[in-house]
Amino acid sequence: MKRQPSLPSGNRVEARVAWLLVTPALLGLFLFVALPFVLAVLISLTNLRLGAPLPLEFVGLRQYLRILSDPAFLRALLNNSLFALMVVPVQTALALALALLVNRKLRGMVVFRTLFFMPVVFPLSLVSVVWILIFAPGAHGTMNAVLQWLSFGSWHARDFLRDPHFALPAIMLTSIWQGTGFQMVILLAGLQSIPQQLYDAAQIDGANAWRRFWNITLPQLRNPLTFVVIVTSILSFRVFDQVRVMTQGGPANASTTVIFEAVRSAFDRAEVAQGSAMTVVFFILVLTLTLLLRRVFKQEGEVS
Amino acid sequence: MVGQGGRHQRSVRGVLRRLTLWLALSIAALVWIAPLLFMLVGSLKPDARVLPEAGSRWAFIPRAASLDNYRDVFARVPFFVYLSNSAWINGLIVGLGLIVNSLAGYALARLRWRGRRVVLTLVLALLVVPFEAIAVPLFYQFSSIGMRDSFTVQVLPFVAFPLSIYLFYSFFLGLPRELEQSARVDGAGVLRTFWSIIVPNSKPAFASVAIISFLSFWGLYLWPLLMTTGPQVRPLPLAIATFQTLPPLQWGDILAFGVMMVLPVLIMFIAFQSWFVRGVASSGIKG
Repeated sequence: MKRQPSLPSGNRVEARVAWLLVTPALLGLFLFVALPFVLAVLISLTNLRLGAPLPLEFVGLRQYLRILSDPAFLRALLNNSLFALMVVPVQTALALALALLVNRKLRGMVVFRTLFFMPVVFPLSLVSVVWILIFAPGAHGTMNAVLQWLSFGSWHARDFLRDPHFALPAIMLTSIWQGTGFQMVILLAGLQSIPQQLYDAAQIDGANAWRRFWNITLPQLRNPLTFVVIVTSILSFRVFDQVRVMTQGGPANASTTVIFEAVRSAFDRAEVAQGSAMTVVFFILVLTLTLLLRRVFKQEGEVS
Repeated sequence: MVGQGGRHQRSVRGVLRRLTLWLALSIAALVWIAPLLFMLVGSLKPDARVLPEAGSRWAFIPRAASLDNYRDVFARVPFFVYLSNSAWINGLIVGLGLIVNSLAGYALARLRWRGRRVVLTLVLALLVVPFEAIAVPLFYQFSSIGMRDSFTVQVLPFVAFPLSIYLFYSFFLGLPRELEQSARVDGAGVLRTFWSIIVPNSKPAFASVAIISFLSFWGLYLWPLLMTTGPQVRPLPLAIATFQTLPPLQWGDILAFGVMMVLPVLIMFIAFQSWFVRGVASSGIKG
């Protein structure tokens, strides 16, 4: 407004039009994001349970105390954390490796890039259904056969999805396969925006490929890498579809997740307040993780 | 002569290098798409052979292919109903989303009004609320007004999308001011300017947002699982998961269903693959 002393009436018209333009979006965001979010917090402070004879009352943090002493929910928290600890580094490294590969100049590279990206357009529920078959029990199961072949026959065939030690890793592998292509494309865009002069200068200085990767590529990729790590971490806590289709959280909660438990308690057991408390805990976790990771990456950037 | 020999040597080394790269890429790509090959090949053979052959090379190499499973799918479930449901739901989410979110992004990026900062902060704050965090109350919101089992309930919550608003906002910020100024001098209103000047100059942004929102929503599983009960309004991703549990368990049929449900998307993806890549990349650059 300082720049040009234009007509105040024109400004008022512009303001009115601006509100008109944002209203549909604001209405949607309010009704379907902000309102349910506030409701989730409010419900989590009550004893709301469908079909229960008890009158609705405010119970403070009792639901939170209950879920934090619920072994299934604690197991879910542990599983999501393990999921993030395994999937984030593996998937990021794999995506970076693929991005470096497809960034090379070669005829037909578009085909390879397309193939690596392809699983991304597959819905997780379909991917899960296909991987149930890949993890089929017995020696004729694909994964069992592959491991047997790779280990020269010393692998004992197992029922991955019903084995407490293998159910969660099986879901991790499925998720990594489906998600890597997305991260690869983001890192590829990052690689392509690194100025070539940096590499030319390093070559003149006699830096070898490894040094160039370590001193130029990685620091230059800081922003896309931060993005990839944050998004993958958040997705690790949102896991639901694969669990529901592949293992139902089993065996004995070995592969359950926070959202799977929230849905189970809110809908299968009609414990609406408890389910809401779980989603609130989930949101706090995701938010903390996002802020924390952003901070860590910023600090590292400032040091180097 | 010496120079020529050197060049010759270098080109040999170059060819060798390219060959190695090509070989490494081919092996990696083959391993990567093995599950997809598995799905395609399995869908073409009799049900009884899918599971027993899953660990042999015949899981990936077609032989004696037939389309029987595809015929069975049509006989067992209303596939085209699911397909049209998915097309409607995602068409509406993407189409309405482009309109609603681009208008909001434009007002935030280019118009001067009180409240702009507050609204912008709100949009950025809502960017971090994952859908799963609000699914429970949202379910009761819609159920209480009797809106289960409809397209509306599967479209409405996803039209206004903070990520789309943000992508439009940052794209419009980067457009040169002169674009609008000439139109405004000619007396065109804000909406006219937006429609005739901004939109034609923002095709890449619209394409990117369309692709990002399609990829974000077309696989939705939890929401339709909660909100729908019958095949009349169910989308494909939920239908395949239900089909997998539908007795008798016939893996050939299940895989044929899978191939058919991704085929339209895959064709679209291959036809517009550079747009897909650009769209996904644009979501990461600003983040």
